[in-house]
Amino acid sequence: MSLAIVGLIGVLFAAGTYLLLQRTITRIIIGLGLIGNGTNLLLMATGGRPGATPVAGGGSEVTDPVPQALVLTAIVIGFAITSFLLALAWRNWTLDGNDEVEDDISDRRIARAERDTEADGAGASDERGDGA
Amino acid sequence: MNALLALPVVLPLLGAGVSVLVGRSRRAQRAVSITVLTAIAAVAVALLIQVDDRGVVVTSAGGWPAPMGITLVADRFSAVMLLTAAVMLLAVLLYAIGQPGAERNHVGFQSVYLVLAAGVNAAFLTGDLFNLFVGIEMMLTASYVLITLGGRLDQVRSGMTYVVISLMASALFLAALAFTYAAAGTVNMADLAGVVAGLPDGTRAALAGLFLVVFGIKAGLFPLFFWLPDSYPTAPSPVTAIFAGLLTKVGVYAIIRTQTLIFPGALPRWLVLTVAALTMVTGVLGAIAQDDVKRILSFHIISHIGYMIMGLGLATVAGLAGAVFYTVHHIVVKTGLFLTGGLIEHHGGSSRLSRLGNMVRTAPLLAVLFLVPALSLAGIPPLSGFVAKLSLIDAAVADRQWPMVASSVAVSFLTLFALMKIWFGVFWNGPDEPDAIEPPATAAAPGPALMLAPTIVLALGAVLIGLGGGPLYDYSVRAAEQLHDPTAYVAAVLGEGP
Repeated sequence: MSLAIVGLIGVLFAAGTYLLLQRTITRIIIGLGLIGNGTNLLLMATGGRPGATPVAGGGSEVTDPVPQALVLTAIVIGFAITSFLLALAWRNWTLDGNDEVEDDISDRRIARAERDTEADGAGASDERGDGA
Repeated sequence: MNALLALPVVLPLLGAGVSVLVGRSRRAQRAVSITVLTAIAAVAVALLIQVDDRGVVVTSAGGWPAPMGITLVADRFSAVMLLTAAVMLLAVLLYAIGQPGAERNHVGFQSVYLVLAAGVNAAFLTGDLFNLFVGIEMMLTASYVLITLGGRLDQVRSGMTYVVISLMASALFLAALAFTYAAAGTVNMADLAGVVAGLPDGTRAALAGLFLVVFGIKAGLFPLFFWLPDSYPTAPSPVTAIFAGLLTKVGVYAIIRTQTLIFPGALPRWLVLTVAALTMVTGVLGAIAQDDVKRILSFHIISHIGYMIMGLGLATVAGLAGAVFYTVHHIVVKTGLFLTGGLIEHHGGSSRLSRLGNMVRTAPLLAVLFLVPALSLAGIPPLSGFVAKLSLIDAAVADRQWPMVASSVAVSFLTLFALMKIWFGVFWNGPDEPDAIEPPATAAAPGPALMLAPTIVLALGAVLIGLGGGPLYDYSVRAAEQLHDPTAYVAAVLGEGP
């Protein structure tokens, strides 16, 4: 396994994780794509040195064919799910007109409860708001 | 070669194809699904008897011997999971057919549901880590479609979180597979059992930890559960019920299978037990804080996953037997509770506690149908949860794990509290909000007969597993012996000639 490939896998994972933490859905999907490619590369790298033939009899050094078969399956699955995610993102866009991940329901409830207690403390006795 | 092993995977996939071909007729689609799932239940019964009688059953696809070929294996644990899953899939399908609404009339529902069944069965029967990945992916892809089938905004949004988290977990799973292959040079689980035992302790612990994280995301372990209560409740009730009953349990199955077969003793016991205790406690505390029937029940799933992992963490035959028994009991009871939750929503027009009330007068049958599995989940004798919890706590006492005993008993009380909160809020007390919709007080049944029948069957199941728990517990002990000492499993897989 060459150092360049190891470095590339690291960069793909790091960039993917950074994008995954964004609030925009398209960036999250691109991030997942990067992480998926990093994983596929990692799987490839377990098969031996690049350049050797994958079939016995082609030379003295043989690359293990199993990881290549595994990677093929993984690529197909990753492709299908990424397209599904893109379709979901598009559906979200047509329904709502934005491309952002919304806040967690419990987080919103806690934030509202905090606002209410602050308002109570200030003397403005507000009716308890309807939960989300 | 044993054809019985391939049928639970092949039949639903063929059925899904046929279901697409006859897409014009909803009636034909339903007939296909019901036939296929009934056939699988019959195969599962045959397999269970065969496995219990003759030991581990193995088949190699295409006649390639392990570890080269793709192997399907059934031991006692996978056979009982297969049977439970088949019965649940059938019960929930009938419920979905009975429920009025747009989703069940969707042309794709039946075929996607069958693909889900194929994925679940493949995950239970595979003897190969990579095919476990494929089986889980098949199941997850079908679940992505089912959770967003309605196409409503809230479904798309929570579905998005669900897909992103699952995809991330799948990438990690694949990375863990790559590391395992690099370290051991095989992905056959029986073969791995031998090779991994010879690896350095650090490598084993790292791989075992990685797999625990990967399947922990799918199962909803602490602290990886956060996606579950947000995404499950938005799906239509039958879909939520099957997700709650089966999907997280496939994660639990994968954890128990990999940790007992491939990495026995690789992770320190205190780590697994601490995770189990924290999962129990956070799950039940989350449930108490909620105000929606489906969200409370979703948090309860997490809490009870903790009990199963506690059985694994004890790593004794009694502990594993408790885990097997608990898993079977929980699948039945939880699916039943979610089906009742769907009926409450159907009858009362909402699933929020503050808008519901007084339903004991308008729908006394539902009150009973909710109470039986709820008490079972809390562990009240003579229901199934009592036997399941008793066996686990007994195992913990025998092992002198006093903190685990204390936390599991405390969590049982909190479970009872949270479930009684639902029961009093929905059935006994009046609604909190003045503008709540009062359900119509009709003398008729509180839902279509096809929705009621599977729910009643599952509630009876909770009673039966409790009253007749002896044979199932004995079976669980035999399954646990197989899990605890996997030499028979390894010999059966690797010994089978071409």
